[in-house]
Amino acid sequence: MKVSLFITCLGDVFYVNAGKATVELLERFGCEVDFPETQTCCGQPAYNSGYHKKTKAAAKNMIHTFAHSEYVVSPSGSCAYMFHEYESLFEGEPVWQEKAKKLKEKTYELTQFLTEVLKVDNTGSEFHAKATYHTSCHMTRLLGVKEAPLKLLSNVKGLEMVELPNRESCCGFGGTFSVKMPTISEQMVDEKVEHIEETETEVLIGADGGCLMNIGGRINRKNKPIKVMHIAEILNSRGEV
Amino acid sequence: MPMHIGEKEFTKRVDKGLEDDFMRGAVRSAQGRLQTNRANAADELGDWEEWRSLGQEIRQHTMENLDFYLQQLSDKIAELGGHVYFAETADDANNYVSEVIANKNAKKIAKSKSMVTEEIALNDILEENGCEVVETDLGEYILQIDDHDPPSHIVAPALHKNKEQIRDVFKEKLGYTKTEKPEELTLFAREKLRKEFLEADVGITGCNFAIAESGSFALVTNEGNARMVSTLPKTQITVMGMERIVPTWEELDVLVSLLTRAAVGQKLTSYVTALTGPKIEGEVDGPEEFHLVIVDNGRSKILGTEFQEALHCIRCAACINVCPVYRHVGGHAYGSIYPGPIGAVLTPLLGGYDDYKELPYASTLCGACTEVCPVKIPLHEQLVKHRRNIVEEEEKSDLAERLAMQGFSIVAGSGNLYKLATRMAPLLVTPFVKDGSISKGPGPVKPWTDIREFPVPQKQRFRDWFKNREKGGSERAKRGN
Repeated sequence: MKVSLFITCLGDVFYVNAGKATVELLERFGCEVDFPETQTCCGQPAYNSGYHKKTKAAAKNMIHTFAHSEYVVSPSGSCAYMFHEYESLFEGEPVWQEKAKKLKEKTYELTQFLTEVLKVDNTGSEFHAKATYHTSCHMTRLLGVKEAPLKLLSNVKGLEMVELPNRESCCGFGGTFSVKMPTISEQMVDEKVEHIEETETEVLIGADGGCLMNIGGRINRKNKPIKVMHIAEILNSRGEV
Repeated sequence: MPMHIGEKEFTKRVDKGLEDDFMRGAVRSAQGRLQTNRANAADELGDWEEWRSLGQEIRQHTMENLDFYLQQLSDKIAELGGHVYFAETADDANNYVSEVIANKNAKKIAKSKSMVTEEIALNDILEENGCEVVETDLGEYILQIDDHDPPSHIVAPALHKNKEQIRDVFKEKLGYTKTEKPEELTLFAREKLRKEFLEADVGITGCNFAIAESGSFALVTNEGNARMVSTLPKTQITVMGMERIVPTWEELDVLVSLLTRAAVGQKLTSYVTALTGPKIEGEVDGPEEFHLVIVDNGRSKILGTEFQEALHCIRCAACINVCPVYRHVGGHAYGSIYPGPIGAVLTPLLGGYDDYKELPYASTLCGACTEVCPVKIPLHEQLVKHRRNIVEEEEKSDLAERLAMQGFSIVAGSGNLYKLATRMAPLLVTPFVKDGSISKGPGPVKPWTDIREFPVPQKQRFRDWFKNREKGGSERAKRGN
C-alpha cells in the first residue's frame, strides 16, 4: 500500500523523531512511504485567524503536492483536519472544491489510518512506563478520532496508562490563540499540567504537535519531571527504551 | 451599547476575570456540576444525537418561515384579545413598555428572568421613569440587590458568586442574619419576594418559546416565579426576541426536552408555564391585559446570512458550561450580557465589530461548544467566519499580523521558499537558544516564551533525514539487501 506522508510544519522542523517513528511504523505494516518534497504548511494558522484568501496559496500547493497520492497520512489530527476544511475554503470555486474533496477523502491521521485502513489494533510495541494520554480537540471532535489512539496504546506491552482527568478539555493552544491571548492560554495549560501531575505518570503522550508544543513548553518552563512524547514514538518502540 | 457590561477594553476585562479567584472557583465548580448533569441527562435519552438533529430541523424550519409564524402568532394573540407590538430597535421596545406602564399609572413592576430585556436594558429605562422594578428570579434578584451587578451567564446569572458572597450581599443590603446554607438563603429571598408579587402593578416576563398555532408563550423555570409574575399582576407584558418561536406544541415538546437537559441536566424543570392571552370571562387567574413585545434589534439582519444558525439558539448555555475560556475569564470578561461561545458569535452580530471584535478570538476553536449544542449550531465555525469578516471585510486586524500573514501566505504557498525558510530557521534562532531550549524569544515568539519554552528547530529536518534514508535505501536495494 502506498502512503504519502504529510509531516506538518512542526513535524518537519521540531519533532523530527515523531516523523521518523511514523515512517518506520507505517513500513512495519507493509506501507511504501513517500514524502512529497513540495509540501509546506496546511495553512491552518492563517485560516483560523481569518485570513482565508491568504490560506488559499498554501491549500492549492498542498492539493497539488498530494494530487497523485493513494493515501495521505499525517501524525497530527489537527493538520489532517485542515485538509477537510479546504472544501469550504474554496466555496464558489467548484474546480478547486472538487480537488479538495478528493484530498479530504484520502487523508488520515496516523492512528486512524492504522486502525481503519490497515486494521491494526496492536502494533506489537513495547514501552515500559506509566503514562497518560492527552486527547487533542481537533482530532477528537472535528476529525472524530476518539478510540483509535487509546486502543493502540492499551496494547503496548509494558505501558501502564492512567486516564487524564478532564481529558477532553482543551490545553489552551488554539494556534494563534496561544500568542494572541497568552494570559488565558496560560491558565488553560496550567490546569492541563495540574491534571497531568495528578495522574502521577512520567510520560505524557499526545498525537498532535501543537498541543505537545504547548503542554511540553509549559512543563519545561516549570521544570516538571514529565517527558512529552508523540504517540508514534511509543507505537514504534520495541522495548529498547 | 445597551448589551455592554464592564470596562470598555477587552484585555482589562479579561485581566479582571483572571485575577478574581472567587469567581473562578465558583465558575469551575458550577461548570463541573453542569457538565456532568448535562452528559447524564443526554445519555439517559438514549438517542441524543437524533434529538439534536430534530431540534436543528425544527429551528431551521422555523427561521426559514419566521415571517409566517410571527404573523400567525400575532393574529392569534389579537384574536385572544392581547396586544402585539413589533419593536425594530431596543428603544422602540423600551418606549412601548414605558407607555403601557405609564398608561396604567403603574409604579411597581415584578419581573421574571429575561435575557432580551437585559439586551435592551429595559430595567434602566423603567427605573429612570421612576418605577420600582423587582427581579424575581433568585439569581437576578441577588444581582439586582448587589448594586445591579450584571449577569455573567444566561441561565444562572449569578454563577460568578459563591454562597458566602451571596450571604454577604443579603446581609449588607437586606439585613440577613442567617448562614450561607442555600436553603436558608432561598427561604429568605422567597419571603421577601412573595410580598413583591402581590404588590406589583405590572408583571414583565421573558419568553422561552412562543407557540404560533395557539398564540401562547411558554416559560421554563425551576422557581415558579415566572408563574407568579404572569398571573398575579393585572397587566402583563412579555418581551421576546423575534426568533423565540415554535410552530406548534409538538415542536415545543422537543425543544423544551432539549433545553432542560442541555441547560441543567434535568428531564424537565420544576415549572413549565404556558399562558394563552389575557384572562377571559369565567377564568380566575391571569392578567386582565396582555402585551407581547417582539424584539428585532438586529435579528432580521442576521436572517438569510451565513450566521442565521446563531438565531437557532434556545439559550440553554450548554456551550458556556463547557467552554474552557469562559471557565477562566468568567462571563463579565466578554463585555456582553451574552457571554461564552454563543455570546462571542451573537454579540458582534447584534452589537457590531467595532465594540466586540475581540470576542470571536476568545476561543481556541476546541469545538466543545459545537459538540454539546442541543440544536447543532456550528459555533466554532461561526467564530471562524467572524474572524474572516474582521480580517477581510472590515480590515480590523493589526498591521503586524497582516504582514506576518502575508509572509506566511507567500512561504506556505511555495515548496521552494518553504524549504529555504525551514532550513534557515535553526540559524535564525541560534542567538536565542540556551541549554537546548528557547526561553526568551524574539518579536512574535515573545508572547509564547512569556509562558512556555519554545522548542529549538532541528538542524536535520525531517525531510533531510528522509532524503538521506531514501538514498541509503536505494543503495541498499542496489546491493540486493
